Amino acid sequence: MKAKPIQSVALHTGLLFGAFVMVIPFIWMVSSSLKDISQIFIIPPKWIPDPFVWGNFKRSLQALPFDTAYFNSIYISAVVVVVQLFNCSFAAFAFAKIRFPLRNAWFVLFLSMLMVPEQVTIIPLYLIMEKIGWLDTHWSLIVPPALFNAFGVFLLRQFFLTIPNDLEEAAIVDGASLPVIYARIMLPLVKPALSALGIFTFLYMWNNFFIPVIFLSSPETFTVPLMLNMFKGLYITDWTLMMAGSTIALLPALIAYLFTQRYVIEGIAMTGIKG
Amino acid sequence: MKKKHSDAIWGYLFLLPQFIGLLVFSLLPLVFVFVLSMMRWDGFGVKKWVGLENFRYLLTDPEFHIALKNTLWFSLLSVPTGIVIGLLIAIALNHVKGKTVYRIIYFMPTVTGTVAVAIVFMWLFNPDFGLVNTYIKQIFGLQGPRWLTDPKFVIPSVSLLSVWLGIGFNMVIFLAGLQGISRSYYEAAEIDGARPLQRFWHITVPLLSPTTFFITIITIINSFKVFDQILVMTGGGPGNASRVLVFHIFDHAFQDFMFGRSSAAAVFMFLIILTITLLQMKISRRWVHYEG
Repeated sequence: MKAKPIQSVALHTGLLFGAFVMVIPFIWMVSSSLKDISQIFIIPPKWIPDPFVWGNFKRSLQALPFDTAYFNSIYISAVVVVVQLFNCSFAAFAFAKIRFPLRNAWFVLFLSMLMVPEQVTIIPLYLIMEKIGWLDTHWSLIVPPALFNAFGVFLLRQFFLTIPNDLEEAAIVDGASLPVIYARIMLPLVKPALSALGIFTFLYMWNNFFIPVIFLSSPETFTVPLMLNMFKGLYITDWTLMMAGSTIALLPALIAYLFTQRYVIEGIAMTGIKG
Repeated sequence: MKKKHSDAIWGYLFLLPQFIGLLVFSLLPLVFVFVLSMMRWDGFGVKKWVGLENFRYLLTDPEFHIALKNTLWFSLLSVPTGIVIGLLIAIALNHVKGKTVYRIIYFMPTVTGTVAVAIVFMWLFNPDFGLVNTYIKQIFGLQGPRWLTDPKFVIPSVSLLSVWLGIGFNMVIFLAGLQGISRSYYEAAEIDGARPLQRFWHITVPLLSPTTFFITIITIINSFKVFDQILVMTGGGPGNASRVLVFHIFDHAFQDFMFGRSSAAAVFMFLIILTITLLQMKISRRWVHYEG
């Protein structure tokens, strides 16, 4: 519904102001990271650094191994996404299309686990990880979400349910077994749901701070949020350095988002509608 | 059609990975946390069974009371604000051109993650040289509050960050919900002479209610889980002013090594969230309108 011109102007003004508020912290972050430390304390604040100082970025990268952190974050997130998509779609397919005893009971169990926040089970989880020697390793980060994701199972099941049974029945008449039905028919039909879930999970793994900060203690294992937190602990008073570090941590993700934003936003919207 | 036996096997096989994960990493810990909450244990020494003593301790522990109070205050500040602003933006976007660009910008903070943004906000809200206070001084000639270092302002400051972070998500979901409402309703109402506000109350609100319900539950539950920003920006301080529920659990468990007591706090948190969710579901019967 398009509003009348006057209303349109008013709406745009409001929206622009809001957009400004959304973006200002990022601009200020980049601006501060390009300044010399002496410039930080000038009042009124200068938005455009004069002169441009690129050294803060070099110093940040030398201070802490951000490249290792990036590598860790990327490969951990990617592995979890790939394995999880398979595991969730297997279970969702089973719940939606296969009849087996106690199916509904198990599904109800899955759903009820959605109500349990990770903050509640973290203590026993930590103790379990300690017992099996996974503390301070990436296994503790990768295996739990790769194996179990109630939300993903729920979401994909909704999609599988919308696929008419005739397709399945025709395939059975043709002699196809269940795994073949899964792979050849079902999976291709839920691609949009798979990519939405994949993006959702990737974002979650990439930004996760709570779990890694409790399970990991050696800097070589750190993911980007942890590295940045350690950075903050060491250099908090040097704001230009901190802003440079934050830029390094944020900018690649932001750029990746700008390239994929349509998929990200539509994926999130889809999970909202079905959820 | 020979379904029966092999189907059952396939069913369980397909379920196996999730099943193992559920059992080991979700169900077992859940049972375990209840068991732990009734023990005294420091992780090394002997486990001692103490029954409900940890819970009795919690009910009289001033630190725990503060944690609950702070969490409630944080929730009260950030939840309604985030929902209302998200809804308003979604409605505005539904009526103008250029929706895509705005969507990209408003959703940006949501993808950037809490740690980096928290650090940027620490600098923004720096009492002496941060952007916020220097402009307050310039424009209004007043000395702005000490934000994160002032016990009265610390929770509102963290709420502000959380609202800023979460608006994009709320907006996207609300927008999807709004776009699912058929134009014909509005057109028919307009023909009948309904004014914009009437159309909003009698068409938009009821038809959007499932979406609103979803967002409300998610936002409330998430507000009780707040932790990252607190650990990065304030460490629970100044004093105990920003000590929230999850931080309290974390602190007791991994800094004090009191696994029994912190498990009791975790059980408490679980029961609170469960109660809120069940209450919401009950109340929703009265105001959530499902079509068809």
